[in-house]
Amino acid sequence: MIDIDPKEYLAPGHRACAGCGATIAVRLALKALGPNTVAVSATGCLEVVTSPYPETSWEIPWIHVAFENASAVASGVEEALKAKGKTDTNIIVIGGDGGTTDIGIQSLSGAMERGQNIIYMCYDNEAYMNTGIQRSSSTPFGASTTTSPAGKNSFGENRFKKDMATIMAGHGIPYVATACVSEPQDLMNKVKKAAEAKGPAYIHVLQPCATGWGYDPSKTIKLGKLAVDSKAWVLYEIDNGRINVTKKITNPVPVKDYLSMQKRFKHLTEDKIEIIQKHAEEKYNQLIALSE
Amino acid sequence: MVVKVISSAEAIAEAAKRARPDVIPVYPITPQTKISEKLADYVADGELDAHYIKVESEHSAMSAAIGASGAGVRVFTATSSQGLAYMHEPVFAAAGMRVPIVMADANRALSSPINIWNDQQDSLAERDAGWIQIYAETGQEAFDTTIQAFKIAENKNVLLPVMVCVDGFILTHTVDPVELIDQEDIDEFLPPYEPEHSYLDPEDPMSLGTLADPDHYMEIRHDIEVALENAKDVITEVGQEFGEKFGRSYGLVEEYKTEDAEIILMAMGSICDTIKDVIDQQREAGVKVGLLRVRVYRPFPKEAIKAAVGDATLAVLDKDISFSAGGALYLDTKSAVDNPTYNYIVGLGGRDITPSHIEEIIEKTKNPEKDVEWIGLKE
Amino acid sequence: MSIGAVVKEPGSSRNNKTGSWRTFKPVKSDKCIQCGICYYFCPEGCISTDIEIDYDYCKGCGICAEECPVKAISMER
Repeated sequence: MIDIDPKEYLAPGHRACAGCGATIAVRLALKALGPNTVAVSATGCLEVVTSPYPETSWEIPWIHVAFENASAVASGVEEALKAKGKTDTNIIVIGGDGGTTDIGIQSLSGAMERGQNIIYMCYDNEAYMNTGIQRSSSTPFGASTTTSPAGKNSFGENRFKKDMATIMAGHGIPYVATACVSEPQDLMNKVKKAAEAKGPAYIHVLQPCATGWGYDPSKTIKLGKLAVDSKAWVLYEIDNGRINVTKKITNPVPVKDYLSMQKRFKHLTEDKIEIIQKHAEEKYNQLIALSE
Repeated sequence: MVVKVISSAEAIAEAAKRARPDVIPVYPITPQTKISEKLADYVADGELDAHYIKVESEHSAMSAAIGASGAGVRVFTATSSQGLAYMHEPVFAAAGMRVPIVMADANRALSSPINIWNDQQDSLAERDAGWIQIYAETGQEAFDTTIQAFKIAENKNVLLPVMVCVDGFILTHTVDPVELIDQEDIDEFLPPYEPEHSYLDPEDPMSLGTLADPDHYMEIRHDIEVALENAKDVITEVGQEFGEKFGRSYGLVEEYKTEDAEIILMAMGSICDTIKDVIDQQREAGVKVGLLRVRVYRPFPKEAIKAAVGDATLAVLDKDISFSAGGALYLDTKSAVDNPTYNYIVGLGGRDITPSHIEEIIEKTKNPEKDVEWIGLKE
Repeated sequence: MSIGAVVKEPGSSRNNKTGSWRTFKPVKSDKCIQCGICYYFCPEGCISTDIEIDYDYCKGCGICAEECPVKAISMER
């Protein structure tokens, strides 16, 4: 028997695609938090696949209102629970990268700035997957999406993804972290730290998406590991201002190994891959330099 | 009980305080700000034990209100104009999720051009949201209605949000004597909110704001229609009970000298005060004219209007316009009655509506030329 | 219909047996060392802590077989 809360707070029967990385992230996060938790969802894949009336996959109290306002909804929930004297209940807000880095960033910033005692978890699959793989501000450089398609005059997305962890850290909140579904222990530890933080916490979870990235569903975890091991996605935390890289990469794999497994990058030429490789190393080195 | 000479904004804040809301998420906007500033004062001074959320936008104000009300506590907020337009999306969601939020709207024109003065375009643009909308004529009515609004919203046969509409500046920034009912009496009239249909409790988990497919969506929306119909009786009962306790009764509509009237003016809000004065003068001159004040616009009081208008000719004043069709009150009235009905668009963006404009409307209605006419336009 | 489409039966998506989606079926052999890696990575949460697969919900994604460090799970038709 493995040592973990055996209860599934996200019940099976949900309509997520086979091999969905988002539901892995949510399952693990909820296990880290336990039953005294309220979840707030932004509109998106997760909300759609878990709440088809008259059914729900949620075993804990759950609320969804719209796409861009989950952090504001959670603020209301938090203050209501406080008014009822329930100050020990965890409140986790769960939004995709579109609902977090694009349309939801205003209400998220507001909630962080106000010091709402909530955990915001972004499940980042790097595009609007629920509506059919459109580009978000979290889409990585070079990725072909339905609104940043590769073509004769385009190599796909021409911007690097928005650095949400840094933006969140700019709010001076006690805990910010990145995580990946392929590192469950690291993810769960960070969720626990987020819950213990006195004030807002933000966790940005990279979550490979078979449908949107174009790979066999069995490879979701493999892709996560390649993202981390190639430094394309750095695992770190900013705990009360102190930066700590939680997984140091001593034997990096080339980003090409990560990119080449995905249909969204298959058009990339060597020079573009080189740009991505360089960017990944720079980002990693910066964080290591800042890491205490 | 005390009588204070205060603005409607302060009257609403005094009433909201006495309703003991647990959560107040607000964002400033003219001319609503006086309401939220007063509430902030009460919280700062310890007069009101509420969680005041200084949200970063009206969209978040309504979203936080839904979160808090969905979680099972009493919620009050206030907005106006662009703010109401900005929260349009969660305003619809609030009714759909059946959260009994009470919100004051300081009626103000919508952009563009930007204009901070009064008309009723903002709330009337939200008429399809599923909210109850009540338009106050005076500061006293704004106070009384705010108290009643919670009782109506939280009624088990209703469970819908209520918008208390007051004309911006005309009411929000002008003072009148307002009788402030004592806290104990309000507590007796308005018991604490005890939700059964919606709350967020780890001991009894439920999912709020689910996704409904074509097999379920229509029934859930139809339930709102039923609840809004139920609200007609509830609003009337609450208005009567209020009258029995505090001496001022309220209904869906107010009839003023309509009984034998050949022309009945119809309007909402503070303009009715001016209209009543004009009617008094015209009556003295022998003109059979009356006023039907629509206090409750949603649910639309079709039956009460039908019963009040007899076979009079109707002159409907709208401080709003659905371009190319007419004002909201006019269009709804036309759909409810067979009387000859004419529409006068007045007071947009704070344009003065004088007694002579009202007289002009009465004259025009005697020999109507157009279905929809704008009054007070410059040459 | 419930008021406001509130769902009061937590976890009721269990009524929806997603096992019908499956083409390939993960089958565990006695090589299993109960390490729990498949448990962590199952998107459905349909592998128990003692590594029994609930085929009512398994969509057959194959992550468990892919990630098993001792190749104890095979995907079969």
